[in-house]
Amino acid sequence: MSSSTPVVQARDLCRRFGRRWAVARVDLDVQPGERLLIIGANGSGKSTLLNMLATLLPITRGSLRLFGRDPVQDRAEVRRRLAIVRHAHGMYEDLSARDNLSVRASLLGRRIDIPRLLEQVRLEDRGDPIRAYSAGMRKRLQLAMLQFEAPDLAMLDEPFSALDPAGCADVEGMIRALPGAVIIVSHQVERAGKLCDRAILMEQGLMRWSGPASQAWEAWRAVQRDDVRTGGGPAGATAAGGAP
Amino acid sequence: MSEVEVPAPLPRPAQPGLGSVLVGVFGGVLAVIRKDLLVEWRARAQVVALLGFAVVVLLLFSFAVGPDSMALARHAGGYLWLALLLSSTLLLARSMQNEVESGALEGLLLVPVPAASIFYGKALANTVLLVLVALVALPVDLAITGAAIVSPGVAVAVVVLGAAGVAAPGTFYAALTARVAGRQLLLPLLLFPLIVPALLGAVKATTLAMTGDPMGQVPSWLTLLLAFDLIYWSLCGLLFEKVVEA
Repeated sequence: MSSSTPVVQARDLCRRFGRRWAVARVDLDVQPGERLLIIGANGSGKSTLLNMLATLLPITRGSLRLFGRDPVQDRAEVRRRLAIVRHAHGMYEDLSARDNLSVRASLLGRRIDIPRLLEQVRLEDRGDPIRAYSAGMRKRLQLAMLQFEAPDLAMLDEPFSALDPAGCADVEGMIRALPGAVIIVSHQVERAGKLCDRAILMEQGLMRWSGPASQAWEAWRAVQRDDVRTGGGPAGATAAGGAP
Repeated sequence: MSEVEVPAPLPRPAQPGLGSVLVGVFGGVLAVIRKDLLVEWRARAQVVALLGFAVVVLLLFSFAVGPDSMALARHAGGYLWLALLLSSTLLLARSMQNEVESGALEGLLLVPVPAASIFYGKALANTVLLVLVALVALPVDLAITGAAIVSPGVAVAVVVLGAAGVAAPGTFYAALTARVAGRQLLLPLLLFPLIVPALLGAVKATTLAMTGDPMGQVPSWLTLLLAFDLIYWSLCGLLFEKVVEA
């Protein structure tokens, strides 16, 4: 990839569910190695946006290029280079951590040092199905998989949810260690903001603000006070409930 | 609205040869079969429950028909396939539920494996499990009805082809209904009418394997079964991507 090629280049990105626009008119660039934080209230379209960027949700309107490629035409090539950690952990409940890693490796067609990876996430002694794991253990396993895959674009939806402070510290360290571009969706603005360079604020499907991650919390509070009016968002944007 | 800039795309990798494409496709199929069978092995209590369900269905048929040993033996093939069919809806629904309940399907779609490989892997794993159910149900069926297998080779061929004829459309419809409300009802509602021709062939051929084939009809029924298997497997393989990516 040329160093100038954005990892994500979205223009006028829209997604409609029935009559409701969940995401409308989002313009977004993410550069290689950049860390982007997406914040916003519940139902503001953050996860929908992330799923579109992960090619798991077709876009209704607009254009999206990932690694300079069309994610529909070059789907396999694009998907090979990205990974997502979502609310749903994406693993098999009846399998152990070791089994899940082994399955993932065989699907990816790659070799994996499972004992070392399990040791890194302190799950080497757990041979039971992950159905019995705590939220923190599942999250550590998800991030271990992400580290193994080492994607050019990693996306994480609420990586700190349901974690205790020690678990959050673990996850922070693992996110820092990710090699490529990272997009984080989180309500924990201050904690996630420390890991990111830039942030965007979503509100009712629209991108309302974009700026340094260190200013994300103030921007959100300002928007909540209704002091900010589409500073970084698309001009003339309408509410997400209507046509964009 | 800023104009869309189209940056220089990644250099397109060299076009893979047919050999490497086939290796990728078959590697994906094998990885999915291995995964599905591993999941079933780790949750084998559920497989045992499924086998028990098939046996209970056979017992219920025998109770319903009563002590008429001639009638029981005459319809032994039909009882077997109805028991397998009813068991298959539980097996197939669970196979796809394993993927959906924790978002594993999305993870599966993001690995560089064609959707067709995912389908064929899952359908083959389901075929193996259905054959396993048949291997348990068949002796029970014979014991209950008093029938006997006179052509073991034909019986094996029918079980394999019949299980494949249920597994392919079953896997497809399980994927189609996995994320909708009322999927437990929808799956048999969609599946059963579709597989009537294969079911008919399987029942007839099984009955002939039990009673003998003086008129030489077995090849015709097996050909019918094979033909429908080929249709199911090719069409469902082609359409699977549309279903899971929707």
